[in-house]
Amino acid sequence: MDFTTLLLVLDSTVRLATPLLLACLAGLFSERAGIFDIGLEGKMLMAAFFSAAVAYATGNVWLGLLAGIASSMALSAIHGLASITFRGNQLISGVAINFLAAGVTVVVAQSWFRQGGRTPSLEGASRFNPIELPLAESLSGVPLLGPIYHELVSGHTVPVYAAFAAVPLTWWILFRTRFGLRLRAVGENPESVDTAGVSVIGLRFAAVAIAGLLCGIAGAYLGTALQAGFVKDMTAGRGFIALAALIFSKWRPWHALYATLLFGLLQAIAVRFQNIDLGGFVIPVQFMEALPYILTVVILAGFVGKAIPPRAGGEPYVKER
Amino acid sequence: MTLMQKFLGAAAAVALSGGAALAEPALIFDLGGKFDKSFNEAAFGGAQRWAEESGGAFREIELQSEAQREQALRRFAEAGSNPIVMTGFAFGNVLSEVAPDYPDTKFAIIDMVVDAPNVRSVVFNEHEGSYLVGMMAAMASKSGTVGFIGGMDIPLIRKFACGYVQGVKAVNPDATVIQNMTGTTPAAWNDPVKGSELTKAQIGQGADVVYAAAGGTGVGVLQTTADEGILSIGVDSNQNYLHPGKVLTSMMKRVDNAVYEAMKSGTDLETGINVMGIANGGIDYALDEHNAALVDEAMKAAVDAAKAKIASGELQVHDYMSDNSCPAE
Repeated sequence: MDFTTLLLVLDSTVRLATPLLLACLAGLFSERAGIFDIGLEGKMLMAAFFSAAVAYATGNVWLGLLAGIASSMALSAIHGLASITFRGNQLISGVAINFLAAGVTVVVAQSWFRQGGRTPSLEGASRFNPIELPLAESLSGVPLLGPIYHELVSGHTVPVYAAFAAVPLTWWILFRTRFGLRLRAVGENPESVDTAGVSVIGLRFAAVAIAGLLCGIAGAYLGTALQAGFVKDMTAGRGFIALAALIFSKWRPWHALYATLLFGLLQAIAVRFQNIDLGGFVIPVQFMEALPYILTVVILAGFVGKAIPPRAGGEPYVKER
Repeated sequence: MTLMQKFLGAAAAVALSGGAALAEPALIFDLGGKFDKSFNEAAFGGAQRWAEESGGAFREIELQSEAQREQALRRFAEAGSNPIVMTGFAFGNVLSEVAPDYPDTKFAIIDMVVDAPNVRSVVFNEHEGSYLVGMMAAMASKSGTVGFIGGMDIPLIRKFACGYVQGVKAVNPDATVIQNMTGTTPAAWNDPVKGSELTKAQIGQGADVVYAAAGGTGVGVLQTTADEGILSIGVDSNQNYLHPGKVLTSMMKRVDNAVYEAMKSGTDLETGINVMGIANGGIDYALDEHNAALVDEAMKAAVDAAKAKIASGELQVHDYMSDNSCPAE
């Protein structure tokens, strides 16, 4: 494998990892506050549709992004209402959100655009276009570092840089702010937070809303940056891979970055090389595609350290009388 | 008998007698929906053409869920619709159960073979059309490397791929064909993001014409090829207009002709297996104002010559599904 191929694979890795990373961080906020979120997939799908639809209608991708975030946060509000306010089962609520998104997007798309549940293709300003970072062109002649900067670092779209910036930001919010401390406490021991006079319900809603925001960006990235429009079920299971990455990273922001980059790399390799021939032993492409899930099972089984979810995860908070 | 039952009984009687007198043809669209810009829309176009020419009317339904298949079939059959046309291989199992219950009704199913005395099974020689577009890809390619992106890895899609490779090799025996399948689950039909990545990977390996036989995933393939400035080939219906000047051609399955024929023959519908190929106008490549600049005279002449040879039987394109193997790589 030569240097150019390596760069192409890594470039592809960055593109494929971005939606996973955003969704994974969304899940991180939600689950750290004790709300399991199976509905990442549905929220991304909803955001992908509304961002593409509004971007097409207005011709402005930023309005599309806002619409995507709003639609994703609306689903978050439903999830919060069902599982926090009414203390329903968080997993069932999440599954319902996935079904809801899969159906609503196609129905609305069909009655709006009449193109078989698709949005028309986006062009020009209704799409996120690649950004050339300063000096990328002039530095591309520099050996080794030049091409890396030109191909790999420069030339991505806004949501990619936003996703990578979200990692240190998430770490800082969770581990260096009062809000973050309380958020984590709500996921581990909500009674103590309540005793301190802080609203458990409010914190959990805040966490779910942040999850909606991040999923909204992830969906808009799929619909308006990676693609030029919405196609039904276009998230294709990425929400679930993000969930696997969340477990793999053991609910930590930096590890979430590494996990999603690893999963993105596996996908990129599967895309670039169909069957990998290791001298008489062939790794089929299907194995590469299944590897993220296999790794997650290995982690869950406790072979590589233990993955312990937040202690109060999945349990609605009931104030004692 | 309560009043309600009386009403229901009366309504049913009216419906039955009314339906039996009509004998209108019926058309059932698959889950993709009537306006899918592809398969189902082509079927609708054929039915429209029949209605306009004959002045008749047809009944139709768009399925919303898997469970409605049998219900819709029985509903139309009991209402006296004849013939009943359905689009898509997914009707196969249901039709083989329903057809024997209505021996006097004729059914037509597209893209699937159902063995029953009152069923016409319409199948297409996709490998022949793929051969033609493969030739065009090889002639349009400057790098000598072309790509194929399939949807779900099933024998039908391998049939597309195999025909394509044979066409490419017929023009340029030294050409490289990069083949990728999107996945092994139905999600592979609707993953344009992966379609884009596969296209970029193929471009990275030198491909400058990419043929997409991948349903919704193909939207991503066509978009990426247009963005990156190389050519693509569409599938099923004429997709040239999606990116004018960037789509070399489209491999067309004339589903509209199949539906038109079935409705035109009405209750005299000939049953059995009906193979639609180049010879009877069931398969073709698309040429219109959107790709006129891309197809030069020499290319057109070569493809039309091959088309005539396939139609006359002089040139045999290997069908992957006949023995589950492909002579060309």
